[in-house]
Amino acid sequence: MGGLVPGLSTIAAPIDQLFMVVLIITGIAFFLVEGVLIYFLVRYRYREGRKAKFVHGNRRVEILWTVVPGLMLFGLAVFQYDTWTKAKIDFPSEAVSEVVAVTANQFEWKATYAGEDGQLGTEDDIVAPINILHFPIGRPVIVELQSTDVLHSFFIPVLRVKQDVVPGRPSRVWFEAIGEGEYELACAELCGLGHYRMRAFVTLETQEKFEAWLEEVAARR
Amino acid sequence: MTETAELSFVRRYVFSTDHKVIGKQFLFTAMGFFTLGGILALLMRTQLAWPWQEIPVIGKLLFGSGGNILPPETYPALVTMHGTIMIFFFIIPILSGALGNFLIPLMIGAKDMAFPRLNMFSYWVMVPAFLIMLAGFFVATGPAAAGWTSYVPLSILKDAIPGSEMGQTLWVLSMMLVGTSSILGAINYITTIVMLRAPGMDMFRLPMTIWALFITAILATFATPVLTAALILMFLDRTIGTLFFAAGEGQVILWQHLFWFYSHPAVYIMILPAMGVASDIISTFSRKPLFGYKPMVYSMMAIAALGFTVWGHHMFVSGMNPLLGLTFMTSTMLIALPSAIKTFNWLGTLWGGNLQLRAPMLNALAFVSTFVIGGLSGIFSAATPVDIFLHDTYWIVGHIHYVLFGGSLFGVFAGVQYWFPKMFGRMMSDRWGRIHFILTFVTFNLIFLPMFVLGSYGMPRRIADPYQYEMFSNLQGLNQFMTYALYVLALSQFILAGNFFYSLFRGKVASKNPWKANTLEWTLDSPPPHENFEHTPTVYRGPYEYSSPLVSADWLAQDQYLDGAKPPEAIPAPAVSPAAGD
Repeated sequence: MGGLVPGLSTIAAPIDQLFMVVLIITGIAFFLVEGVLIYFLVRYRYREGRKAKFVHGNRRVEILWTVVPGLMLFGLAVFQYDTWTKAKIDFPSEAVSEVVAVTANQFEWKATYAGEDGQLGTEDDIVAPINILHFPIGRPVIVELQSTDVLHSFFIPVLRVKQDVVPGRPSRVWFEAIGEGEYELACAELCGLGHYRMRAFVTLETQEKFEAWLEEVAARR
Repeated sequence: MTETAELSFVRRYVFSTDHKVIGKQFLFTAMGFFTLGGILALLMRTQLAWPWQEIPVIGKLLFGSGGNILPPETYPALVTMHGTIMIFFFIIPILSGALGNFLIPLMIGAKDMAFPRLNMFSYWVMVPAFLIMLAGFFVATGPAAAGWTSYVPLSILKDAIPGSEMGQTLWVLSMMLVGTSSILGAINYITTIVMLRAPGMDMFRLPMTIWALFITAILATFATPVLTAALILMFLDRTIGTLFFAAGEGQVILWQHLFWFYSHPAVYIMILPAMGVASDIISTFSRKPLFGYKPMVYSMMAIAALGFTVWGHHMFVSGMNPLLGLTFMTSTMLIALPSAIKTFNWLGTLWGGNLQLRAPMLNALAFVSTFVIGGLSGIFSAATPVDIFLHDTYWIVGHIHYVLFGGSLFGVFAGVQYWFPKMFGRMMSDRWGRIHFILTFVTFNLIFLPMFVLGSYGMPRRIADPYQYEMFSNLQGLNQFMTYALYVLALSQFILAGNFFYSLFRGKVASKNPWKANTLEWTLDSPPPHENFEHTPTVYRGPYEYSSPLVSADWLAQDQYLDGAKPPEAIPAPAVSPAAGD
């Protein structure tokens, strides 16, 4: 239990950091509460003839244990705003990003890349083989998600990316990968009896390798 | 009234308007569904441990035609029906239906519910719901399989998954009836608690169980109609081709909003009564007043109120406007506060007590200690950036089971064993109760703690074969370990069942007040007679005056008159005797 699996995107570090912050705070709360509970169980275990304290409460401790955790929880919420904004609200400009269209249907993923004109939805679009996704590292990638049938969810654990793919309502997600390697994408929303095998292979690679791969795919067409 | 003796068997035990009988009807039905839901969990976890392997014995029985192997379309159905049955046919009926019905009139000093016939109807409207839901298992295309959340369009497009044929229609119909029962029960509970309290039973002298059931009933009254409305829309979409939730023409995400607008408050519908039960039991067996009575009540009110503002935290990555994520995160963080306050007050109750660790008390303490884990693990997924990773993984499955199994179910174990003598006039064995407790508590944690580890690897829920993925292939050993733990947990439940049924017939005969508790139900015979109280009791004090210096015993019943006690201010008597409808 040392936190989440290693991450490989610019958003991974702040997310994992928040995870650790929550882990430490909740960890302290956990050991405190369970420790006190166990201590009381031993300290106040039943003894014949002993009379328990006749106490109905204490206003001062009530205020204390309302205000302190209240402030901590509120602070914890505010503390997350920036990372959430960065992850889901502030998208990088399309001009500096690689924009990829990914279509999900039962039970496969299909990626479409812009051709030489740099525009999606034109003649020279490059369609990758089913369930094969390549992304360049070191620059932002915007994925435009579409579903042709039911809900799916675009989940690449290593990139800390998850976004439901909603039929009839395109959604987008962005990330910037910071390391090379071969990883997996899992559908994270129940989408039918083949849901468990709706996976794709994700290759993170340098811009040069990525371009070479695109050319290779385009040539095969 | 002497007409009890004249009532036929059918009127007394089947179509009874006696709240105690209706409570027991809910209890026994819910126990049946607990068994069924458990069997579904066993199949699910067996598949997760050894995917697509032959299942010995049971496999031949269930999947004989498919080589004794679980078919791929069955797994989503298992997931769906396990969740649906455990939530709607076990936890809610046993807490609100069984304990609520049995306890409310007894604990407030009333002869019955305000509307006894409505009460009977709220059980009997569940019966077709049970049958329709069970019928799903016998239709050719199998039961509903779109998850207990039944997200559209999977649950509407008939060719999307076999369960979305007939099975899903049955699911929708059954759920409408469940909702109807819930609403009727809730209205009855609210009316009864407001109108039929005995003289002197001020609102702030109510036992915490009654407060919890009262607030739960308010939640159910406001939240359930939204689900019912959504179910009607889904039914129309499925049958006459409307497009409320259709992709493109309709709103796919609207279903999620409507569903969670009910189902998040529903989580509190499932936990608040258990909180009330735990409060009563912990105070009783600590021989000490409940610490912070009013903060406990206000916390439950805060949970109920905030409970209506947090539903969007189920939808952080759904495609809902991410700006909303910020507000839902804030309200979700804040709803952790009243739960924290309650936990501290339970600890405060133990402090300085004289703790009797009997089976009900152990289960109530397990409630507190595991609910803490349930609550704290929720803070991770409340944090929107962290939830991007954790959403729809086993982290969430672990979290919800720490709340609903660790919380609600241990609350149920505690409550049923605590009130068993009052229900059936006999004692359950405390020794076997403790053995059941230890085995269940240990194996429960062995099953559900590792789920947080699976979640930290990103293993998604509702996946029939996680090891298809290289990134999860190292998790099979852990999953097998959890499955073995579940087998032990499942076997341990035979101890509970054995203890329950043996004690029903052979248990030691229970006195009126075996736990020396203060609340009104313990002033009656075990089990109490028809119409409960021969004379309406007068209440002089709150329910938790344990170890009071006014008396030498370590308990002081709510209705015990002490010299010089002020006569209670008159509560307006109900216009109509509750049982007059008989």
